[in-house]
Amino acid sequence: MRLLIANGYVIDPTQGINAGQDVFIEDGRVAAMLGRGEARPEGVEIFDATGLVVAPGFIDLHTHLREPGQEYKETIASGAAAAVAGGFTSVCAMPNTDPVNDNPAVTSFIVEQSQTVGLANVFPVGAITKGSKGEELAEMGEMKRAGIVAVTDDGRPVPSPGLMRRALDYARGFDLTVMDHCDDKTLAAGGVMHEGEWSLRLGLRGIPALAEETDAARDCALAELTGARVHLAHVSTRGAIESVRRAKASGAQVTCEVTPHHFTLTDAACEGFDTNTKMNPPLRSREHLDAILEAIADGTVDAIATDHAPHHSDEKALEFDHAPFGITGLDTAVALALDRLVHRGVVNLERLVELFSAGPARIFQLKDRGTLRPGAWGDVTILDPTLRWTFDASRSKSKSRNTPFDGWTFQGAAVATIVGGRVVHRREQSAAVVKTKS
Amino acid sequence: MKAQLSQRHLLGIRGLSADEITHILDTAETFREISEREIKKVPTLRGRTVINLFFEPSTRTRTSFEIAGKRLSADVINVSSSSSSVTKGETLLDTARNLEAMSPDLIVIRHPSAGAPHQLARVCRASVVNAGDGAHEHPTQALLDALTIRQQKGSFEGLRVAILGDLLHSRVARSNAHLLTTLGAEVALAGPGTLAPPEFASLVEGRSLRVERRIEDAIEGADVVMVLRIQRERQDKAFLPSLREYAVHFGLTRKRLELAKPDAIVMHPGPMNRGIEIASDVADGSRSLILDQVANGLAVRMAVLYLLGGGAGTNTSNPTTRVKDEAGTAESQSSKPAASSADEPATEPLRAAVSVGGTGTESSK
Repeated sequence: MRLLIANGYVIDPTQGINAGQDVFIEDGRVAAMLGRGEARPEGVEIFDATGLVVAPGFIDLHTHLREPGQEYKETIASGAAAAVAGGFTSVCAMPNTDPVNDNPAVTSFIVEQSQTVGLANVFPVGAITKGSKGEELAEMGEMKRAGIVAVTDDGRPVPSPGLMRRALDYARGFDLTVMDHCDDKTLAAGGVMHEGEWSLRLGLRGIPALAEETDAARDCALAELTGARVHLAHVSTRGAIESVRRAKASGAQVTCEVTPHHFTLTDAACEGFDTNTKMNPPLRSREHLDAILEAIADGTVDAIATDHAPHHSDEKALEFDHAPFGITGLDTAVALALDRLVHRGVVNLERLVELFSAGPARIFQLKDRGTLRPGAWGDVTILDPTLRWTFDASRSKSKSRNTPFDGWTFQGAAVATIVGGRVVHRREQSAAVVKTKS
Repeated sequence: MKAQLSQRHLLGIRGLSADEITHILDTAETFREISEREIKKVPTLRGRTVINLFFEPSTRTRTSFEIAGKRLSADVINVSSSSSSVTKGETLLDTARNLEAMSPDLIVIRHPSAGAPHQLARVCRASVVNAGDGAHEHPTQALLDALTIRQQKGSFEGLRVAILGDLLHSRVARSNAHLLTTLGAEVALAGPGTLAPPEFASLVEGRSLRVERRIEDAIEGADVVMVLRIQRERQDKAFLPSLREYAVHFGLTRKRLELAKPDAIVMHPGPMNRGIEIASDVADGSRSLILDQVANGLAVRMAVLYLLGGGAGTNTSNPTTRVKDEAGTAESQSSKPAASSADEPATEPLRAAVSVGGTGTESSK
């Protein structure tokens, strides 16, 4: 199979390309980058990307696909469809399924299921501890052999610093990144939103920023101690960002991701008790949001991730106290990033592309991803940075609709997604068209 | 009298204007007299249905709303459920939709989770009255407190009010802080450090609210001292070492009350833990208005049901008027025998239904 993505404007930070070029993909991999005027290969399928931006395939480090066990919320098939519709060529599946992905059987199931589905690449992330119970280490080596790319106890962070230290030492031996959801449960104390003036006003129990910050500081110190790669998931507070900044300056292998909702919304959004504003970490106050934007701009943040957490509408119809944490994110992440970060001047397009491609690929050491270097996988995300569109959650490919962004209008969208040289998604109203040359 | 409130529901005090609050208080004042009559009933909400939906045990508030509805001739139904939707297996919204199918005009809801009334209001055609949601708001409690204060002090401008105790978990404290500062009072809050975070000062924007570390500093020079109920279960969650210590350091005693103005009044939303947050001699003392609060609670809830229940749209300007006058006959209010016979709904059901049916249709938008 041969595909030529022609006439587009290529942005690939890994090669320093920021120019009109064609991308030639053959047998699933990038075969060549062609400058304007260079001879085009014969007999290829042509994807006309005139007026569009061509970027290395976007990777989501933080996706909850819910399968196995909670298929009523999402399946690997529906999640992968939502991913490619949102511009992601790869997603990293969190292990908090039922059963937990803490052994090679579950890992293999996810790998096989995603290969059957096709569409996006699905990279399983294994649990740090058995059952994510924070008691004994899970079989990281066996899971790695079965296909995991990292480990995490997302949602149920390892409470014991001693065990976390062992986990880092052990994971380092298998060259696995340890991803942590920083959340000290004793400080969070059953809270349901950010602790601050809004939680006081609304009478909802608050989760102090410190619940995230103490764990973040701990993990950064452990990264220095062990030399392991530590990745902090969905960083949402000024203090956690500060810890990452310091750890990086000291040479520790610490990285972090932020979510679109944390750089878009504040805790004031909880005012109407809409359970689609309930997630963990919670929407923070303005001061924290500003710190996140700063960290995105100055390079402290390594990746943007969705924390796509689908829940059934029946579950979200409960009281704010009882509704589950989490919102979907695959549909809106790229649009929010273009709208809120690029169009508002926080970062340029090149940096945005890096945050969605090269950044995440480096964090989980995904070989030959996040770049269009010849030889790399032919994963490409095509953007129309100026397209104005309105999000209609009812048309999402995800099985769930729990988003606070329903009805929002954005400037910018991912308009086509190419995985291994195959066009797996194409937005109808976009200018992009596929033609086959005779 | 102004016809109605700007909103269809009463979900909280926050967001109400000073004029709206005053309007509710004025309306409540006119309703007080009804409870002093021999026949304590007016036909204002006849034919209307009020559902009291209580997800939390409550005697005082539920009874108060029930009597308020009945004195306005509404059909009042009490639905109690001690379990939340999680344990029951039915969501709050399903419960709401089921009740909606029976076409109530007003739903009064008490719920342990903050925001439950707001979620209900989004799906209900009926007007929703918040009778207490978690630690969020308890608007009718704040209104009855305000009515009580106004009766004693006349106005709120510059009035100094101390609110003492467990602020963190108190919907009464929040609603009162909004209401009193909106009407111009200066509010001082105080309680144990675990239950009275300094950030409470940012609860209201740009109005006079402060948090004191010592309760004595809040009481000093106060015109009104409001004591909150300490919830005994908080002890288990490491908020308090013991109730004994609480009583010693944070209870309102006669000695502490001496710091307030000589004519200061004492209030408590009930039910009281005597000897813990309030000493018995203070609770039963001459400055205590605790029972006035209960009586005013009834008047305030009648006013709220009336203003939201469509009663305000009737063609009479006086909601406290007896049945006879509502019917629009030529007979005057002073016509005592006729009025009292018409006050008895059981004796003339048909006539009553006709009279309210006529006014009711006009009132529905």
